[in-house]
This record gives sequence, structure tokens and C-alpha cells, in this order.
Amino acid sequence: MWRYLAPLGIFIVLVIFLSIGLKLDPREVPSPLIGKPAPSFTLPNLKQAEQMINPDDFRGKVWLLNVWASWCVSCRAEHPVVNELAKTGEVIIVGLDYKDGLEEGRQWLRQRGDPYIASAYDEDGRAGIDWGVYGVPETFVIDKKGIVRYKHTGPLTMKDVTDTLLPLVRELKKEPA
Amino acid sequence: MKNWWLISLWLFSALAMAGVEVHEFKTPEQEQQYNRMVEELRCLVCQNQNLADSNAELAQDLRQEVYDMIQQGASDKEIIDFMVARYGDFVLYRPPLKSTTLFLWIGPFVILGIGVLVLLFHIRKRRAAQEPELNEAELEKARQLLNNDRNPS
Repeated sequence: MWRYLAPLGIFIVLVIFLSIGLKLDPREVPSPLIGKPAPSFTLPNLKQAEQMINPDDFRGKVWLLNVWASWCVSCRAEHPVVNELAKTGEVIIVGLDYKDGLEEGRQWLRQRGDPYIASAYDEDGRAGIDWGVYGVPETFVIDKKGIVRYKHTGPLTMKDVTDTLLPLVRELKKEPA
Repeated sequence: MKNWWLISLWLFSALAMAGVEVHEFKTPEQEQQYNRMVEELRCLVCQNQNLADSNAELAQDLRQEVYDMIQQGASDKEIIDFMVARYGDFVLYRPPLKSTTLFLWIGPFVILGIGVLVLLFHIRKRRAAQEPELNEAELEKARQLLNNDRNPS
């Protein structure tokens, strides 16, 4: 009896492990930034280079940092979702234009709409390294105290927005500043 | 010489291909440290390559970062802490022993142990099966057969 049951048991365990493995996304690298203060940067505003943007400017508010670039193909798919999210007016979205050309970045916003209250222009990608950016687009949720609470890697979908981002934002808004 | 330009093209052709990154180091120790670090750190974009092998743009930036830190006299630990603070344990090919990585480190030994136990169990079972009980008459018969074999007439 065992002779037949044991291989079957091993097979079932293998199938379970492999099916879990199939569902895991190896590109989903857990961010060590969660629960830590948002890394600082001082970068020019993409639209008005004389104005500087710093994460401290948004202290006391719940905000999103959306990393994008005009050369990034997935950002093209994501952009309408970010536009929709901005339209809800529930949360302010700051852009981080990562390793982009100044003119290309500006043109992108002109053509596809600008959901950001401002986009920081990270020409050499140094701010991106500090934020642990490894695949554009990425979206971070930062609470009122300036702590990173959530990170989404890859393009946002409407489902991510309604199921995850907005509920989290509403929760964080209830927290004291 | 008429074909001097052809010869110079030939002479400098290697430069065209080698023009990826040239880093100059003050000491050989720094160069060794650089090579050690970019071997040790993993590229996040192309996940099965280290920083040294990868041509991804992020890997180039991170190599530059490692180079800059070494120029400023950073130690191995400082460089690794810098990377782990930003990208997590994932950037290390040899992740530290923590509760989340415990299974990664001891898992193979646990599985090996189970394998050895199963093997021992099987060997013991087979040995028991190979020694059937014989009665006196059967033993006598076996002795005769063996003796016949030993002294062929």
C-alpha cells in the first residue's frame, strides 16, 4: 500500500509547491523602505525648473509618489489609471520623472495629461536609487508623518487603485499628523 | 604609407567595443574591492545576473555608485548596507541568516536529512527481507548444493 501512496503523496506536495511558485512574481522585490522615512531629495520641478521639490513639502498630508518616464512603455498603459486616480481628488500624486529627457518628459505630460501636482525631475536617477527604484513605473504611499507605508511595483490597474490604494489612503488620512 | 588609415582603424577597433566603462582606481586594493562588490551584488532588473555581468541601465548606475563610494573610502560593509537599505536582502547573492531566510539556509539540509532517513529505512527493510528463516532440512540441502559446487567431480 505504502509503495503506491508514498510517491503519490510526494507528487501532490510537489504540485502544491510548484503551483505556489507559479503565482509568485519574482519581479516583486519587497521594499525595505516600508515603515521607514521617505528618502529625501531636492529636485527641480519638471515644468518649472526654478522651483525645487522636496518630500518634506508634503509633510502632514497623505501622498503618492509615482515614478514614471517617457521612455517607459508600461507607464503608457498606467497613465490613464493615474489620471483617473487624480480625478477622484482623494490623494495628491507627486511624480518622479526618472532618467528622462526634459523636453520628452514635458511633452509626455502635455500629450497624455498631467495628474501630478508636481513632477520632480530626476535626470541622473540618484533619487531613484535612494528610493530603491528598479523598474518603472513604481508607486509609493507616504503617510502624514512622512513614512513610506506601501509600494506598488509595475503599472497600476484600476483594480489596484480601488481595492488597495484608495482604501489604504482613506485609512492613513484618519491617522493623526 | 597609403593605407595608414586602414591600419589605424584596425588598431583602434578594439576601443570601439571596449568603450563601455573605464574606471581608474588609486590603489589595486580599491580595484579588487570594486570587482568583489560588483560580483557580490545582484542586478535587480535582470535578476539572474550580478552587477558586473549586467548591461541594464540600473546596473550601470549602481556600478557607478559602488565606484564613487569606493573612491570616498567606503568599506565593503558600508557599500552592502547602502544597497540593502534601498533594495533589500534581494541585492545580495548570499542573504543573511534571518527568520525570513531561515528555510533558505537550512531547508536543503532538512531535505537531505529526510532523504538519508528514508534511505536507511529502506536498506534496513530490504536486509530483513533478504534473510528468510530456514529450517534444518533446508539448510542441510543448501550445504549439500554448495559442497557439490565446490568439489565438482
